[in-house]
Amino acid sequence: MRPKKALAGVATFAAAAIALSGCTTGGAGDNDPSNTIDGEVEGDLKIITWRTDLVESGKFDEYIAAFEEKYPDVSVEVEGITDYAGEMTTRLSSDNYGDVIGIPAAIQPNQFDQFLEPLGEKAEFEATYRFLNGAAYDGTQYGLAIGGNANGVLYNKRVFEQAGITELPTTPEAFIAALQQVKDNTDAIPMYTNYKDGWPLGQSFGNLGGVTANPDASSEMAKDTAPWTEGKDMYAIDGLLYDAVAAGLTEEDPLTTNWEQSKIDIATGKIGTMTLGSWAISQMQAAAEDNGASADDIGYMAFPSNVDGTQHAVIGGDYNLAVSRHSESKAAAWAWIQWFIEESGFAENEAMISTVKAAPLPENLAGLEENGVQLMEMNAAPSGEEGLLNEVSSDSQVDLFGNIYRQELVDVARGAADGDKESFFADLNARWSESVERVAS
Amino acid sequence: MAINATGPASADTGADRLHPEGRPVRPSGAARRRTWRQTRRQLTPYLFIAAAVALLLLLTYWPAANLLYFSVTDWDGIDQDLNYVGFENYVQVFTDPRIFEVFYVSLYYFGASFLQIGLALYFATILSFNTRFRNFFRGVLFFPYLINGVAIGFVFLYLFQPDGTLDTVLSWFGLTDPPQWIGDPEIANWSLAGTSVWRYMGMNFVLFLGAIQSIPSDIYEAAELDGANKWQQFWAIILPGIRRIIGLCFVLSIAGSLSVFEIPFIMTGGANGTSTFVIQTIQTAFTHRQVGIASAMAVVLLVIVLVVTFVQRKLFPDEKVDLT
Repeated sequence: MRPKKALAGVATFAAAAIALSGCTTGGAGDNDPSNTIDGEVEGDLKIITWRTDLVESGKFDEYIAAFEEKYPDVSVEVEGITDYAGEMTTRLSSDNYGDVIGIPAAIQPNQFDQFLEPLGEKAEFEATYRFLNGAAYDGTQYGLAIGGNANGVLYNKRVFEQAGITELPTTPEAFIAALQQVKDNTDAIPMYTNYKDGWPLGQSFGNLGGVTANPDASSEMAKDTAPWTEGKDMYAIDGLLYDAVAAGLTEEDPLTTNWEQSKIDIATGKIGTMTLGSWAISQMQAAAEDNGASADDIGYMAFPSNVDGTQHAVIGGDYNLAVSRHSESKAAAWAWIQWFIEESGFAENEAMISTVKAAPLPENLAGLEENGVQLMEMNAAPSGEEGLLNEVSSDSQVDLFGNIYRQELVDVARGAADGDKESFFADLNARWSESVERVAS
Repeated sequence: MAINATGPASADTGADRLHPEGRPVRPSGAARRRTWRQTRRQLTPYLFIAAAVALLLLLTYWPAANLLYFSVTDWDGIDQDLNYVGFENYVQVFTDPRIFEVFYVSLYYFGASFLQIGLALYFATILSFNTRFRNFFRGVLFFPYLINGVAIGFVFLYLFQPDGTLDTVLSWFGLTDPPQWIGDPEIANWSLAGTSVWRYMGMNFVLFLGAIQSIPSDIYEAAELDGANKWQQFWAIILPGIRRIIGLCFVLSIAGSLSVFEIPFIMTGGANGTSTFVIQTIQTAFTHRQVGIASAMAVVLLVIVLVVTFVQRKLFPDEKVDLT
């Protein structure tokens, strides 16, 4: 009798455990037929944001107050998450991930409809907005970019001056030569990789397409069996990092880099250059002013490459704001997104490129314009292939947007791992082509 | 004598029949109460462990069951549809050389665990005798184990920085050209394994100390009367006396060195050739969004640890210790 009872007890608790863990499903968002993005703008709104700095500084509350003034029937609440990408990935498995979110990178284009409310045909938005490709799938738009950035290289003008660099380099060779001048003539680290924090290494990937002025480069790469071949974008982008490290033009011990410190160091002239998106300009300028240097020292240039003498800088959307499929006030959520992009002044405040086509370019990109750099936006991938590049990237474990393979590249370049530039790129090509074939089949 | 038709007492038909405990069986009402009390008494222990068992099932076995399930799907971590792919993920884990390559990093930690156990044994033995300030030293040695592993990672990151604390201290002794402790791939794994020794030695130390103190003191007295010195006492009494605990520590250190995680994860993120199997599993799941394959990797690690432990128990069986 005893063992049986014990078993029965265990079974009961197992059942309870199952019941407990299974009780997260079910939500009200889908049931109400009047709850569409075209409905009444009213109700409670929860905004989930990665901009914890704005939440803490009270700036976000100002946006909320302005919005509530315009739409008095809406009550807005904001939640800032520090590890946004990671935490949102977990939360997506519940229905409770707020009303307005920035689309986390974990959601693939073909999964948009599982989590997000469709906002309309992509074609309807094209006349008014930029940066639509990142949040569109199969002709349907699921989100709008909160703003956009240019890609290129951040540098300290004073360091360049001291080093005697009079003209900004427009080829990889000239760039390496300029870094060498920085090394020879100043005490600054010519180029800082931020190897330890890792994610800054992935920033240079944003230049894909700009090197060869090819707006279809990313959709072509998804089918290319050898993207790391001389003359192609990836070869130039990763090759620049390799050559700089191999020539000893980066920090001495990459394992102990520090992102927060690097902001101060480039602002005060201890670092010459960093490959980062233009979003970083305002942070570096703030760091300069906080540390007794001048915000004017921070310069921004296009990736050192040119096609027939013309340089191109890729501009692309930052996070895309979208409406949760499980939201109970979809109309209010959609109103917030439109208001935030068009009227809040967010893009100007952050010195980002506004998603609204008619809006002027931010001042911090004036340097690019002066040097005759053409800004270009990438074309959309062919319909149905929006997620192909990500898929190949995941399958091959070559994390284009991340740092893992680029850390290996730095290790090879500084002689800390076996191989050379050719063998490393050949290995990347082999892994990539294998996955291109596997994913295509 | 009324017969209770429903309760278990219905089997007792005669007043003269005795209960197993020797007392006569009472009439029905009392019998029912009694049965309830009996049941309750039998239930009591289960009620006591119920909460613990429920938590164990909920937080350990249920996720583990999920892990097994995910390992045969192509789940990416968020998709609402999971496709069954059979053993494809396991095939990939065993055929992709990059996945198993990292196990050689575990050898550094396994090597370091000998040092760790040796040091722990040394300190445990010394501090089990009447050493001055011994409680203070016990505290000092056990303390690192109580610190959060993430904090330790950061502290040692600063220690190992170029011109950091370690380099400064070495320069006092004339060592002016120290290597890059975690930047040099030849040294990085030793530095990390050293950090691991610093952190976990306290754990082994406490286990050994407890075992040593459980050896009856009259054995030492007898040994002293026979003129045995401390060294002889160690070889003849302490070492055989705590053999089982030492064996346990080796099992733990093998399992531990196969699944090293937090120290390299915090200090290098797995870069510079310091990646371990668990770091790779995390990257597969969350960077490459291949939760299916990552789950299969986790299951494979579990099986490897179980097999290693089993083999070790077979090779070094648990002998009864007899000190007399």
